[in-house]
Amino acid sequence: MQPKKKTLRPIVTGSSVLGIKYKDGVILASDTLGSYGSLARFRDIRRIVPITKHTVIGGTGEFSDFQEITKILRQKIIENQELVESGKEEDELLPSEIHSYLSRVLYGRRNKFNPLWNDVVVAGFEKGKVHMGTVDLWGSYFEDDIIATGYGTYFALPLMRKAYKKDMERDKALEVLRDCLTVLFYRDCRTINRYVFAEITKEGVNITEPVEIETKWEIADWQEGKL
Amino acid sequence: MSGIGTGYDLYPTTFSPDGRIFQVEYAHKAVENSSTAIGLCCKDGVVFGIEKIILSKMLVEGTNRRVFSVGEHIGIATAGLTADGRRIVQNARQEAKNYENFTSDIIPIHVLTERLSIYVQVFTLYNYIRPFGCSLMIGSYDEEKGPSLYCIEPDSVALGFYGCAIGKGKQEAKTEISKLKLSEMTCKDAVKEIAKILMKTVHDETKEKEMELEMSWICKETKGKHKLVPKKLIEEAVEWVKGQENEED
Repeated sequence: MQPKKKTLRPIVTGSSVLGIKYKDGVILASDTLGSYGSLARFRDIRRIVPITKHTVIGGTGEFSDFQEITKILRQKIIENQELVESGKEEDELLPSEIHSYLSRVLYGRRNKFNPLWNDVVVAGFEKGKVHMGTVDLWGSYFEDDIIATGYGTYFALPLMRKAYKKDMERDKALEVLRDCLTVLFYRDCRTINRYVFAEITKEGVNITEPVEIETKWEIADWQEGKL
Repeated sequence: MSGIGTGYDLYPTTFSPDGRIFQVEYAHKAVENSSTAIGLCCKDGVVFGIEKIILSKMLVEGTNRRVFSVGEHIGIATAGLTADGRRIVQNARQEAKNYENFTSDIIPIHVLTERLSIYVQVFTLYNYIRPFGCSLMIGSYDEEKGPSLYCIEPDSVALGFYGCAIGKGKQEAKTEISKLKLSEMTCKDAVKEIAKILMKTVHDETKEKEMELEMSWICKETKGKHKLVPKKLIEEAVEWVKGQENEED
């Protein structure tokens, strides 16, 4: 009898990815942890990666499947370059096209009962505007101005919805993201305090080195003189 | 009609009494009928230049491409039957993709050249498929190894070159190329020199129609990626060539 060769359950997983649009573009954020169940195993992975000069993707869920998605998309970019042959940068695949393609790939895999176990955020700049959305392991395609995957959907999204204003300033957008990341670090057991931000504007993509955000762990009730 | 090879030239599966395979030699003739393509290995990269005869004023500029990308880091320029060239490039792209899937590394140019060589050779073995009627120049640039240029002919022989020309005017072009100091030349200078060779030495303005220059490069400036030479640079090179001509007069 043949062994099962399909995805049964995710093994090394990434937690939330957050995304918020602002005046000049969009910022994505995630932590750099790959969890092995409850073990904080890989503490410096990149769950937000650039695909083209104007597009990034961020992944929640099985990290090896996210690596596979990165490979599939990068290969598609080269294939498109070869076929189009115009040599013009404008003919590079757009973020919305990459997003659509990825949703078809994931939907195809789900139909074969062998999913790529991810919730992927696709964000980029095209035709002077931001494009941002998600695709999940079932192939559901979704676009919005504020995005959160994983536990972020439950903890961060309500906070982002309250704080979000169309065409907000960059600093305000970063403040919202940092606030949500802090909340996630407090509440989501599968996170670490080490974050990467990816900013996309009409100039291109800029992904920061990992940073730490200050958190407070003193419980007021237990401090001297408080009770 | 009786020519040199009569009787022994119907199939690639027949040797002539003096040990030649005429079908393959006829394939070379197809290459020699096409307009010239030049490839140069410079100090900081590889530059391709192709003399494209404009067959009709109705054709859009840049159409009928004869230089192709394989992956991001390798360029292939063709002379001969363009459709045959495209077929080999298609195979090259598949090879590059498979190599990358297998090794997670981009295909080195000498590996790709060998694979294409083997592929081209297969078509010289059977009587039901004809040899490819095109020559290819394959070029790449690597930070460590520097520039590389190979040329594959219809008989599948692949040789490494510092400078190479294929097509109608290859003899004149090769003479001019041998006069150049390639190891000291930058790619930007090579663009000008290639334009000069193609426009002045190879292209006969009285006999043939107008020509268009198609040029591409893989160099330090493009960070090892195969790109078309920017239109502005080609225009500057054409101006420079015309200026040189006025000086000589």
